[in-house]
Amino acid sequence: MPHGDLPLFYTFQFYLFGLLAIVAAVAFVTRRSPVAAAMWLVVTMFNLAALYVMLDAQFIGIIQILVYAGAIMVVFLFVIMLLNLGHASEVSDIRGYAGKIFAGLMGVALLAMILAVTKWRVPDVLALPTDLPARQIEQTGVIAPVAQPLFNQYLLAFEVTSVLLLAAVVGAVVLGKQHGTTRGRATDAG
Amino acid sequence: MLAEALFFSAVLFTIGVFGVLIRRNAIIIFMCVELMLNAVNLTFVAFARAYGVTGQVFVFFVMTVAAAEAAVGLAIIIALFRHKQSVDLQNINLLKG
Repeated sequence: MPHGDLPLFYTFQFYLFGLLAIVAAVAFVTRRSPVAAAMWLVVTMFNLAALYVMLDAQFIGIIQILVYAGAIMVVFLFVIMLLNLGHASEVSDIRGYAGKIFAGLMGVALLAMILAVTKWRVPDVLALPTDLPARQIEQTGVIAPVAQPLFNQYLLAFEVTSVLLLAAVVGAVVLGKQHGTTRGRATDAG
Repeated sequence: MLAEALFFSAVLFTIGVFGVLIRRNAIIIFMCVELMLNAVNLTFVAFARAYGVTGQVFVFFVMTVAAAEAAVGLAIIIALFRHKQSVDLQNINLLKG
């Protein structure tokens, strides 16, 4: 990523990807069909990956596409397919007026709050040179700056994460297993 | 770029919250949670650019937790569907007084 005065095309593309992500997210929330919603969410994730790459996080951008847009969304689509939910439900999926108004107020309040917070200047004590990651990338490549703290400073957290994944896999299998009687199994097989 | 990235992140998070509040389909609500996690990741990456690359490590952990959460959550949704033949939260109101 260039530093100092950013070129116009860079700023333009950053805004473009950001706005595309927001438009896709709005489309995702408003689609009635679960499959269409999932597809719009994939579009949002691709645009977010583009934003990550533009923010000097190339490796995270790739991981975003592989893990989120690839693996996690495929799991979602599998479940939609398994439960045969591909069509919009007969009962309206969108909540009634009270829910809409509550959600709208909540959205406006949250947005105002977050925007107010982003208006604040970061205290000078916390300020570091803004080109720090770019310099690290120039020195050691894209992956090493991420791998260094991951396998040194945060090694314990990394190991605990593997336990978390194991627990999640076991939990998913236990929850997904048929623990009914043989009658239940026979019904499901038929 | 930091301010713009934080703005996009805030808007995406708000859309996620809005979706959780307004939808009834459990799977779509679950996807809205994923959208919120993604918005937080964008904040992490934006701050990582300004304050050192450690923030990207946290994005890793968030992604791992999101993957674990997706696996367990979807298993719960499947178990729920076996019970109720529906993933519509309107039909799942056992805890309602």
